[in-house]
Order: sequence, then structure tokens, then C-alpha cells
Amino acid sequence: MRSIISVLLENEPGALARVVGLFAQRAYNIESLTVSPTNDLTLSRMTITTEVDCKATLEQMMKQLHKLVDVLRVSELTEGAHVERELLLIKVRTSNNEDREEVKRTCDIYRGQIVDITQHLYTIQLTGAGVKLDAFIDTINNASEIVEVVRSGVCGIARGEKALRG
Amino acid sequence: MEMLSGAEMVVRSLQDEGIEHIFGYPGGSVLDIYDAIFQSDKIQHYLVRHEQAAVHMADAYSRATGKVGCVLVTAGPGATNCITGIVTAYMDSIPLVVLSGQVPTNWIGDDAFQEADMIGISRPVVKHSFSCRTAEDIPIAIKKAFYIASTGRPGPVVIDLPKDVQSPLNKFPYEYPESVELRSYKPTLSGHKGQIKRALAALLGAKKPVFYVGGGSIIANASKQVLELAEKLNLPVTNTLMGLGAFPGEHKQFIGMLGMHGTYEANNSMHNADLIFSAGARFDDRVTNNVDKFCPNAKIMQIDIDPTSISKNIHADLPIVGSIEVVLQQMLDLLEETKATNDSESINAWWDQINEWRAKDCLAYQTSETHIKPQQVIQCLYKVTKGDAIVTSDVGQHQMVAAQYYPFKEPRQWINSGGAGTMGFGLPAAMGCKIAFPDRPVVCVTGDGSIQMNIQELSTCMQYNIPVVILLLNNRSLGMVKQWQKMFYGGRQSHSYMDSVPDFVKLSEAYNHIGIKVDTIDQLEPALERAFELKDRVVFVDVAIDPEEHVYPMQVKFGSMQDMYLSQTERTDA
Ligand SMILES: Cc1ncc(C[n+]2csc(CCOP(=O)(O)OP(=O)(O)O)c2C)c(N)n1
Ligand SMILES: [Mg+2]
Repeated sequence: MRSIISVLLENEPGALARVVGLFAQRAYNIESLTVSPTNDLTLSRMTITTEVDCKATLEQMMKQLHKLVDVLRVSELTEGAHVERELLLIKVRTSNNEDREEVKRTCDIYRGQIVDITQHLYTIQLTGAGVKLDAFIDTINNASEIVEVVRSGVCGIARGEKALRG
Repeated sequence: MEMLSGAEMVVRSLQDEGIEHIFGYPGGSVLDIYDAIFQSDKIQHYLVRHEQAAVHMADAYSRATGKVGCVLVTAGPGATNCITGIVTAYMDSIPLVVLSGQVPTNWIGDDAFQEADMIGISRPVVKHSFSCRTAEDIPIAIKKAFYIASTGRPGPVVIDLPKDVQSPLNKFPYEYPESVELRSYKPTLSGHKGQIKRALAALLGAKKPVFYVGGGSIIANASKQVLELAEKLNLPVTNTLMGLGAFPGEHKQFIGMLGMHGTYEANNSMHNADLIFSAGARFDDRVTNNVDKFCPNAKIMQIDIDPTSISKNIHADLPIVGSIEVVLQQMLDLLEETKATNDSESINAWWDQINEWRAKDCLAYQTSETHIKPQQVIQCLYKVTKGDAIVTSDVGQHQMVAAQYYPFKEPRQWINSGGAGTMGFGLPAAMGCKIAFPDRPVVCVTGDGSIQMNIQELSTCMQYNIPVVILLLNNRSLGMVKQWQKMFYGGRQSHSYMDSVPDFVKLSEAYNHIGIKVDTIDQLEPALERAFELKDRVVFVDVAIDPEEHVYPMQVKFGSMQDMYLSQTERTDA
């Protein structure tokens, strides 16, 4: 099953390495990982998406994360109402006007933005849940040639009152 | 405020932390610290012959005393030589602080001479680590390191100290913090009240309970509570290899060690129990055997200070996170308050069953006209030391025999590498214990393979006069490996035979120690008597034992806890 784990940890050298090392050491899988300082610059917020075989593995993973001395809080997002977003930057090449129109249209439908243009290249920015980005990439592939794809990995937050604070 | 250099701060911080003994080895990147040590009269430093031994010494010093062990080594190879020692401590939750030198900060990442990324290399096997980038970081890093190492589930902490940070040329104001608070690290000590209630109710309701006591109970100094609760409820108690001594080995409620080489009664009691009450044990694979067949009818109750240990291998029906000492005391208080008791009739019936298993006398063995049996050696050791020695061991058959045949009276009396199984641990461990308790008899039970993994420490013993007794169960082979090869590899003894064991008596004499060779059973007791009478000398007793002897009982691979080989010819599940 797919899980999204939020981690609040000390913004200190080595803290990220400890988390990544833990996943490698215990043979846990990381699908994506994002990390950045929060409004409180002494803290970093991390979102990890992972695939686990059962609930017990997920629990053990969260306990192991929490055991790291640098880690303040750990919570799982998919169990409750949450918002997850990922940023996609994609560069595509088009050869004729018709395709350019198609790219533009697809972009509009998905609420993407074209952030850079050269004669044949469009760079498009799109945010959303992973599945939406997947679908967009599939669609745009029909109208253009994909030159490169950059995805930020998932950022997640719980809806409502629930919050991960220091 | 007092002005000190980084190097002086290291030594002063250790002093202010109350450290009296430190084990180490100098080198380029820690010369300033060694210079500061030279000028300190409060800290006694022991120069080892290999850094691994320094870590084992500090580790055993900690196991024997409960204090934090401390190590100082140089960068690169000095630091990496510590890794096996750090793993050993980590696996058994032993608090250590390892200070390692590092190349100057402006060279880090340049592959400078003796640069090794110690923080990176040690990361998976430490509880935490610190890298000091300025001298002013040092006191707080040391304070935090000792705090983290010794609280919660203890473990080793590494502090990386780049050379420039230690420089005697720059002085900074020094103040050692009284206490530390870490917002991200707050171990739980007392158990959840509701869980305590439920646990006690389950325990009182059990008809076939087993009290499964592990090393965590020793670390938490919970032996008093273990004994009190066990006696109040007449519980059968089994100890893990790491828990030996947590409950008195000669107590009538003690049913022996459990697991791979556990007793027939302990393993059968576990398998047939209706409640397993675990205190500071982690359901390790050397205990459970096949987890799918583990204790099929038992409810599992588990106390541990480390939440990750709970339900890791075996699902706990009733988990309690907290210090063993505190949680057991909470249970005892509640028991006192409610005046509740368990059903003595069912408990007595359970004891009748256990006593039947006991009657099998699984530790009985055949003596021989021609050979000394390893069991005889340990029993003789017990007799001569009146059960009062601190016994360290290496890893192999001799370790298991020592665990089985020396009933430990007290916690911290049995010092061995259980989790990592590190050969070479025994001798430096004995030295660490002797330094902590100069007036107690300390003996290292070892094998001909293991002793040669840190034999160079005989030289350290000579330098500081650390009079330990070394008791070598010499079977001229890597006995435990050979046993497996005989049992599971058609007897093909691939590289388990030692064709060139040295003359250990001569070797000891070369280090100005006393060596005694024992070839026949009648020489054994006088040799041991003499060894322990010579209180101010290292005595190396080399006992030629039966090279064909195996360790039994032994659990059958992939079986349940109760499936065991009882001898070369008898097997329970056959
Ligand atoms: C450092 C290390 N290397 C290898 C092993 C694997 N091993 C476990 S027991 C053993 C044999 C030990 O031989 P010895 O010390 O003579 O003890 P005996 O079993 O003969 O009593 C070996 C090689 C180990 N535990 N540790
Ligand atoms: Mg041997």
C-alpha cells in the first residue's frame, strides 16, 4: 500500500542523511522525498512517499523514524483527509502550429502554465496530485516530443485542525 | 569566564561529566587532546594496542558499572578500527561516547591524509553523532552525547573533532552546561496507566505464564523489581543470553536460559505458555526460532523502553513503553494496592508440568576418561570462584557453555557480546571490568579462535597491571563453526580447524604473565585455585578440552521453540 509520511525534524547537518540512511539500512523503499526548512528555520519538514507491504511495516517505519534523535514528529497522511501536491516542470518540443495549439489546449485543460518558450520548445509547469501529473504527461506525449521531465516529489499536509508543529 | 582551547575543553568537559577512565590510542589529529590529558590528573587514560579493544574495554566497563564508557582515538584508521566495537555496543544497547579526531575543517572532503568520514561510516551503528565545527561546540556536544548515550535505550554516540577545532592557539570561554534538553528526544519512562492495569490483570489471569527477562532489565537496573514480582506471583523466570543475572541463576523459580541453546524446560515452558511476559527482551531470532511457530497459545505482553523493539518480530498483544524498572514498580504498586493474587492452583499445576520438563536434566553430560569436558571447566570455575566472579566471554561454544553452566547471581556479572557476537570481545572486556572493580575476581572465558582476535591486549595488561584470569577452553578449532559443519554440512570441516595454535603459556610469559597448561581433569581445580590466588598477576589457563564436544540443547532450525536436539543422538521432534 502507498503511504505518505510527514516528518518534522531538526534543520541540522546530517539529519537528512540519517533519515535516508535509515530507509536504506532497513530495506524500506522511498518513492519520493521532499525536504525544506519551515517558517521556523530551525526545523525542516519532510514528506516521504513509500510503498509498504502491510500496516505493521508502516508502523515500524514510523517508529524507527521517530527514534532518530533529530526527529520531532512523524505522522501518516493517507489515513486521514489530506492534500498532496507535486510540482511538474516539463519541456516539450513541437514541430508545427497544430501541435503547438494542442499543447496549449492540454495545458489549459490541466490548468498548467507555460513558463518558457523558444521557437520549438515549451516549458510547462503543473501542480497536482501524482496521478494528475501522470495523466498530463501521457496526454502531452501525443502532441509533442518530451525533452525532459522534472518532478518535485510529493508535498503533503493534513486537512483541518490536524497539524505537525514543533 | 575561564578561557580554554578546544583540546582543553574536551578534557575538562569529560572531567566535569565525572569521567575517571578513558580508553584510547593517540595519533596526529588528537595530539592536542592528548597533550591536555597529559596535564590532567583527574582522568586516567589506558593506552590499548588496537582501537577495537579500547571500545570493548569502555563497553565492558559500562556493562559492569552502568556508567558511560569513553573512548578517544585518532582520525581515519584509528576511528575505523573502532567500528566493530561500536557495533558490538550498539547491538547490546551499551552507552558509550567515542571521541574521534578528524582532519582540519578546511581539509574535509579533500581526501586529506587520514581522512575518513567517521560520521558517515558509523551512522547506521550509533544512536547519534556530533561533528564539532568550532571549539565552542565542544562542551554542549559532549554534554548532549553523554545524555543521549545513557538515557532511553542506551547506545554509542560518536563525536567527530577536527584538528583545528582543538587548537591550543585559540582560547574560548568555557562553561560546562549543567543539563540539556532536546525537544526532539524525550524518552518515555513510566508506563501508560491503563496498560499497566491491563497488564497486571492479564498476568494475574494467566494459568501458564512465563516471565521472559532480557538484557533491558539489567540496563534499567530492574532486578529488584523482577525478583519481587516473580516471587509474589510464583512466576517461572527465563533469562535471555543478555539477561543472565537479572534473575538469580540458582533461584528455584529460574528455569534457565531460553532460545537456541536454552534449556529444555525454558523452551518448553515458552512454547506451552498462555502468557509470555517480556521485560527488556526483543524476541530476537536466537530466541524465537521460527516465528511462525512461536508460542502458538500465548498472549504476548511486552515492556520495552524502545517502541521499535515492540512488535518488531512478534506482535505484542499488550505493549507497554517505558523503563523496565519504572513499569515493573508501577505493576508492583498496583498489586500492593489492589491486594489481588493469581490462581495458585493453576500456577502450581503449571509448575508440576515445568518440573517434569526439568527432570529431563537437559544439561547433564557424559564425562570422559580421556578428555576434559568444557562443562566441567565452567563448573569448576563456578566452584573455585564461589559464583562471585565477573565472567566475560568471547563468542563460540565456550560462550554458550559458560552461559549454561555458571549460574549468575547478580546483574552485570555476565559480560558478553550477545547481539553482535563479536569474537575478540572477551579479553578487553575483562580488562574493562577489572579496571572498574579492581578487587573483584574477573575472568575471561575464551576460545582458541577468539582469544587470538585481541591477544595483543596482553601487552596493555602488562603496562597497567590489569590482573585478569584468562580461561581458555582450547579445542584446537573454531568449535561452534565445526559443530554446525558436523550437524548440517555433512561433517565437511571447511576452515574451522586451527592447525597452529600457539603455545599460550610461552606467549603469556613473553608478556611477563603467568601461563598454566591443563591437560587432565585432576590439574584443573588446582590450576584455577592458583590462578585466582595470584591476585596481582594476569594468569592464562590453557585447558585442553574435548575437541568433539557439542553444545546442547540446540533448537532445530525452522522449528518451534520446543524443537531441540538434546544430544548427538536425541532429538525432541524426531
Ligand atoms: C569476529 C567474528 N568472526 C567470525 C565469527 C563467527 N564465529 C562464531 S563462533 C566462531 C568460532 C569461535 O571459535 P573459538 O573462539 O575457538 O570458540 P569455540 O567455539 O571453539 O569455543 C566463529 C568463527 C564471529 N562470531 N565473530
Ligand atoms: Mg575453539
